[in-house]
Amino acid sequence: MELKTPLYEKHIEYGGKMVPFGGYILPVQYKSSGVIKEHMAVRTAAGMFDVSHMGEILCEGPDALANLNMILTNDFTNMVDEQARYSPMCNEQGGTVDDLIVYKMNDNKYFIVVNAANKDKDYKWMCDHQFGDVTFTDVSSQYAQIAVQGPKAKSIISKICSEGSIPDKYYYCRFGAEVAGIPCIVSTTGYTGEDGVEIYLPATKAEEMWDAIYEAGKDDGLIPCGLGARDTLRMEAGMPLYGHEMNDEISPREAGLMFAIKMKKDDFIGKKPMEEAGKPAVVRVGLKITGRGIAREFQDIYIGDKKIGYTTSGTKCPFFDYPIAMARIPREYKEPGTKMEIDVRGRRVEAEVIPLPFYKR
Amino acid sequence: MEFKKEALYAKSHEWVIFDGDEATIGISDYAQSELGDLVFVNLPEEGDEVEVGESFADVESVKAVSDIYSPVTGVVAEINEELLDAPEKINEDAFGAWFIKVKDITDKAELISAEEYEAFCESEE
Repeated sequence: MELKTPLYEKHIEYGGKMVPFGGYILPVQYKSSGVIKEHMAVRTAAGMFDVSHMGEILCEGPDALANLNMILTNDFTNMVDEQARYSPMCNEQGGTVDDLIVYKMNDNKYFIVVNAANKDKDYKWMCDHQFGDVTFTDVSSQYAQIAVQGPKAKSIISKICSEGSIPDKYYYCRFGAEVAGIPCIVSTTGYTGEDGVEIYLPATKAEEMWDAIYEAGKDDGLIPCGLGARDTLRMEAGMPLYGHEMNDEISPREAGLMFAIKMKKDDFIGKKPMEEAGKPAVVRVGLKITGRGIAREFQDIYIGDKKIGYTTSGTKCPFFDYPIAMARIPREYKEPGTKMEIDVRGRRVEAEVIPLPFYKR
Repeated sequence: MEFKKEALYAKSHEWVIFDGDEATIGISDYAQSELGDLVFVNLPEEGDEVEVGESFADVESVKAVSDIYSPVTGVVAEINEELLDAPEKINEDAFGAWFIKVKDITDKAELISAEEYEAFCESEE
């Protein structure tokens, strides 16, 4: 049985086509628009997404920082209050438990946002590996989350928020923000490759907030967007998705997330196998489909008769209007221009490596 | 939503118009609306045999692939090549955007009228 987010009734009212995802029932698209229109609205104006299925975990106590630095791969030592930082969380083998965002509230308190489908696994992992004076608390059910993304996103929110509610810089947040008269957290983060914000708010106020944002933005071209556009936008922006570009067996190093893995830290869970493995033999690359067809996730890749790897995500790119894919292949084939073939349901379709991200604003 | 009276329908959401010995086949307006923006179509070639209930083409939306099933058994007489470069025509006009014409028909699926098909789609909602 799938759970409903606090915005379920709003999705029905706005014409959402509801599908199960990550244990929740969410709109894949809205009847009046569709994936391509929703995608392009975010690239050219703004789109709003219900991402209330994401999990929120509080990490509190004098040993909060030491715990984060041990359990996660990134380094949180030099963060200032209200700063955000992305990090993978690894297991002892160096595989990825999840990827998440940590917001610093103060020296003894951090707010962590994790993937919906991994919420319970992550919370258990953190509790099983905690040490010293620290408490992890799963507060997911208290929060709704609405992402507003696109070049006009911030100007739309600024019409209805109190002064100072939107941080100036990327990857910061305001814990004391107020949007549409509702106290909330506004962060300058996103999963679309566009400028924008993500708003965390009390679940009980979600419907009121949804309507207020829509009213503030509809004349600027803002439309509600579903999971379909969220996926095509993140793919175009070359962003990895847990369960596709990484999983419990795949190291974040292989997924190209070196920027969020601080090997100089004394220790963290997963550091040892990463040191021993050295430079990853398998890497994540971007592919442009040059033949006729659309590659999807988990299709085999060949050079001649030799199977060299597989796709992890794939779609027709709405912005560039050609199909793209991300893939896991041996390092020796990663140079842009390298040609290969993808087995698309029994048919070989030509592709070549192109640089990631596919889209950059 | 258009349920064109001149056509017959399969419960797998294809429409058929019979003209003499030939059948023209496409997907229904309801089907295109359920599938969403179509971005790719794979069609058979002229001379290929198609069979009742077997997949003869597939269409892809941004998110998913769907098989299209033949409501008749016969030989492909003509394909609508225009769709290969412009699959969005199916979204724009599901009845204008025919997929294939079939000749030498030896069998056909259980087909229903526009009214029956409309009722069937409502029951699917």
